[in-house]
Amino acid sequence: MSNQNIDQIKKEALSEIQRADTAEQVKSLSVKYLGRKGLVTLFLRNISALPEEERPEAGKKANQVKLTLEEACQSAIERILSADGDKKEIAIDISLPGRPAPRGSLHPITRITRRICDVFSRMGFNVAEGPEVETDYYNFEALNIPKNHPARDMQDTFYVSENIVLRTHTSPMQVRFMEKHRPPVRIIAPGKVYRCDSDITHTPMFHQVEGLLVDEHVSFGDLKGILTAFVHEVFDEQTSLRFRPSFFPFTEPSAEVDILCVICRGKGCKVCSGTGWLEVLGCGMVHPAVFENVGYDTGRYSGFAFGMGVERIAMLKYGINDIRLYYEGDMRFLKQF
Amino acid sequence: MKVSLNWLKEYVSIDVSPKELADRLTMAGLEVEAVMDRYEYLNTVLVGRIALIKSHPKSDHLTICDVDLGGRTISVVCGAPNARVNMKVPCALPGTVLPGGLTVGENTIRGILSAGMLCSEAELELGTDKSGLYGLSQDMKEGDTLIRALNLSDTILEISLTPNRSDCLSIIGIAREAAALLNKPLRWPEIRLPQPHGNISDFTSVTINRPDYCPRYAARLVVDVCVSPSPFWLKNRLISAGLKPINNIVDITNFVMMETGQPLHAFDFDRLAENRIVVRTARENERFKTLDGKERILTDDTLMICDGKKPVAIAGVMGGENSEIEQSTTRVLIESAYFNPISIRKTGKRLGLSTDASYRFERGVDPEGTLRAVNRAAQLIADIGNGKLIDGCIDAHPNPVAREKIVLSVARTNRHLGTSLKLSQIKHHLESIDFAVEEKDADTLSVLPPSFRVDVSRPEDLMEEAARLWGYNNIPMTFPSMSAGIGLSNKDIEIKNKIKDLMAGMGFAESIHYSFIARSCCDRLGLAAEDDRRRMLDVLNPLTEDQAVMRTSLIPGLLESANRNQSWQIKNLNLFELGKIFISNGQDSQPSEIEMLAALWTGSRLTPTWHSKSEPCDFYDLKGVLENLLSLLGLAHPEFSLLPADVCTYTKPGHSAVLSIQGRQIGMIGEVSSDALKNFGIKQPVFMFELDISALIPLVTEFASFEALPRFPAVDRDITLIVDNHVQGGDIVSQTESCGEAWMEQVCIFDIYRGKPIPEGKKSISLRITYRSQEQTLLDKDVNVIHQRVTDRLLKVFNASLPV
Repeated sequence: MSNQNIDQIKKEALSEIQRADTAEQVKSLSVKYLGRKGLVTLFLRNISALPEEERPEAGKKANQVKLTLEEACQSAIERILSADGDKKEIAIDISLPGRPAPRGSLHPITRITRRICDVFSRMGFNVAEGPEVETDYYNFEALNIPKNHPARDMQDTFYVSENIVLRTHTSPMQVRFMEKHRPPVRIIAPGKVYRCDSDITHTPMFHQVEGLLVDEHVSFGDLKGILTAFVHEVFDEQTSLRFRPSFFPFTEPSAEVDILCVICRGKGCKVCSGTGWLEVLGCGMVHPAVFENVGYDTGRYSGFAFGMGVERIAMLKYGINDIRLYYEGDMRFLKQF
Repeated sequence: MKVSLNWLKEYVSIDVSPKELADRLTMAGLEVEAVMDRYEYLNTVLVGRIALIKSHPKSDHLTICDVDLGGRTISVVCGAPNARVNMKVPCALPGTVLPGGLTVGENTIRGILSAGMLCSEAELELGTDKSGLYGLSQDMKEGDTLIRALNLSDTILEISLTPNRSDCLSIIGIAREAAALLNKPLRWPEIRLPQPHGNISDFTSVTINRPDYCPRYAARLVVDVCVSPSPFWLKNRLISAGLKPINNIVDITNFVMMETGQPLHAFDFDRLAENRIVVRTARENERFKTLDGKERILTDDTLMICDGKKPVAIAGVMGGENSEIEQSTTRVLIESAYFNPISIRKTGKRLGLSTDASYRFERGVDPEGTLRAVNRAAQLIADIGNGKLIDGCIDAHPNPVAREKIVLSVARTNRHLGTSLKLSQIKHHLESIDFAVEEKDADTLSVLPPSFRVDVSRPEDLMEEAARLWGYNNIPMTFPSMSAGIGLSNKDIEIKNKIKDLMAGMGFAESIHYSFIARSCCDRLGLAAEDDRRRMLDVLNPLTEDQAVMRTSLIPGLLESANRNQSWQIKNLNLFELGKIFISNGQDSQPSEIEMLAALWTGSRLTPTWHSKSEPCDFYDLKGVLENLLSLLGLAHPEFSLLPADVCTYTKPGHSAVLSIQGRQIGMIGEVSSDALKNFGIKQPVFMFELDISALIPLVTEFASFEALPRFPAVDRDITLIVDNHVQGGDIVSQTESCGEAWMEQVCIFDIYRGKPIPEGKKSISLRITYRSQEQTLLDKDVNVIHQRVTDRLLKVFNASLPV
């Protein structure tokens, strides 16, 4: 063993470390030279075999070599880990799919209901809910639909008993809310409603969102303003709409809101039955009889109410063509939302 | 309602296109749902010339006609006696659907191919003659369409009327609206009664015993009538409106009803006992045969038209067989009455009978329209039926329907509508539809609605009339000026939304099922007789047996969906539903409505990919979801306890747990039992949980208080205990936690093992306990002391041993 020997080790080691491509290679070189049985370690261990006068010099030198190689290994690792070195790593197959993370979905009815509520919330409406099994009074009488009135034919009703029904609309919430709160009132009430009707376009259960605004000096023009803003938010700014006179026993004047068919843009197609228009909302100024039923001063307050079918809006927004899909729990359907 | 444009034009000049008229009516509140070409069915019927007639080899009465259709000739088998060479006839090509419902095809008739069909007038609904082929004029060009050759043109407007507009259930009613919208006069049909011929009160009388149900009853008598089929123009009108022609007398009553909106009834006068009319209610359970041949059982609230002895009609609904017009009838009594709408509606509902007449009466006919209608019908019967009209008209009018003037403020109208209409504009619009308007002062109108507008009684009704005629689309859009204030937050809705988001985030698809289920669901779930979920609310008129009761659990809906998905070969399912269940408080009360959450997991734990093999999910997968959900809702310390076998319903004993929070039972979780799986047709293990969200919402803490972060290191110590198999790991953890050691920070189970070298009937449970002090770094010797205390306690409490 001699100094020359340790110089030789240093030279070879540095050259090998500089050529190393991977961290593994550096690690094994580190073991080869600096490990427990490494060449530098062995050299240091064998110094005692040298003539005494050479020992200090050789020990000092060997320790320097050790430090140099440690630094070289360190910088080699840094080099490999740097961008330059990243390029030399073996590529993975990025085309393989990732490890699946849980992915659920919200029902389209939930999504659209939230969207509707969100738009009205931003206009200052509060959200309220009420019972789905209603009394005849709240579902009909208080809304100016007396027994034996032909308007009862407008909604095919599921009865539980003579005076208890499955609510046919969310409008009972108007009365329930006004009974408990004084004006100003601004609410929307989403929920399930029931009608005994079942075909391609009707299911016996569906969802509505009801709205009610009561204050002093509310006009039909205000109703038009709020609902136009709503339609533009939910559909788009370009959506044309029209207010068409209609009839609801609990509003006067009453209107239906039609939007220009989103499918054919008014040319007439199957979805709009050739009319070019789609009915999306029913609305009107609250009928004085309803105010009288909840004890509001009809001379002082006026207001408007509106209601819309969530399924219909969801069908238009998502292009869903069969209403029955909503309630079959078909995973292939639910996963799309 | 079907409205023929040709018929409408009898009463009002229309100078706009059918499409334009439809739009104007729609925008005035009479929604035109469709505009149809009345004669579309004749598009494939051509003018043909019979070029040659050959005898049919296999039939005496059939012939084979070669029909020249202009450019081509087809061969048609024909049975008409009047076919002759060079005759021009209508030839329906294959594909034509005739009004009777027959589709013309290319058929082989007794061995001979017939490439079309030669038609009679009646077959094409263009006349009444059905005796033979419709002989067309010789100057018509063969090959031309019949529509062009005959210059046929009519448009049908299909109008959907709202229930308040009973005044528009007639052609004149629609014409009145059209006249107002087009600014044209309305032309009433001229009624020119024939010469008098005696005095009606010498012949008959009308007695009204129930003026509340029958405020008015008018009658006229026509004698020497000849009952026969109606002339074509009359049939044509009825057909255009979708009514079936019967005979001239009945057709005239229907025609006048369609024209004026006043339902009429014609009685065979000679079949009326004592030749008189009595209006009274029926006797309870009295039987009566209506003219559709059905026997009806009546109540003592049913208004009946009777003769001197017996009922002859259910008032306003349907006549009786015993007095209907027959071929031999010569004397006809025409009834034109005003009946109480509610009485008619109740009767119709009770009998399940809705007729064109009852539909109008229950919505309200014009109380002042009775005489005009009876006169119109009498005149037509006299003209068409060649009858003689008995002079005079009975008009029993014991209970006139009052009309009241409505005071309308112009300023209030404009405030309500958001318009700036002038008094004169409002007046003009109201007068255009026959309202009598009087100016009281610069702001006030006094308005008398016409008798046919039974729906108008308040100022708001008048505002609507003004608004719809002015045009809703002309009302400017504004925003309400709203009083400021902070809105109410709705915690329930916020939490329900959060739960849905969390469930979706954990991989579950939200589903919504019908709120009604089959009664049998309770049995299929194996519910005990006294189970609350058997307190089901019945739907009295369900659409199907599967939807006969309100659901008392979300479980059946999810299991049925699992079954359906299985049938679509979808085996991996994570579904949830958040919705109400309904626990009955008796059919006459509203039920308790409880918000529930239910989740279902079946199939794989993870979607099988190249990363991991398909492994079936288990109880703990779903429990993890539930624990995560509760934790994210800030519900600390959920307690799960084993559901005893005798109270398990649809889940497996030993695989089901009750969840309690703050000592309150709030849900359950378990593996669905083999019986329930079988009952719902599911072939693989299913895990479910249910949570009572209504009970859970008040427990949710939105802002849990902050805990300071530790400043000193923790020390972990492990213990492995060998215990009996039945010992619950959760009990060991809670026992450990309750040792009362201040430095104990966390306890968790990290291994459970059964099998050698652990003795049979035992298992080893390994716990890791983390100790930490908030004041100092713990020393080994201090921890050792505590840990030994804990170990000793566990060994004792669980009769456990340490591994050898």
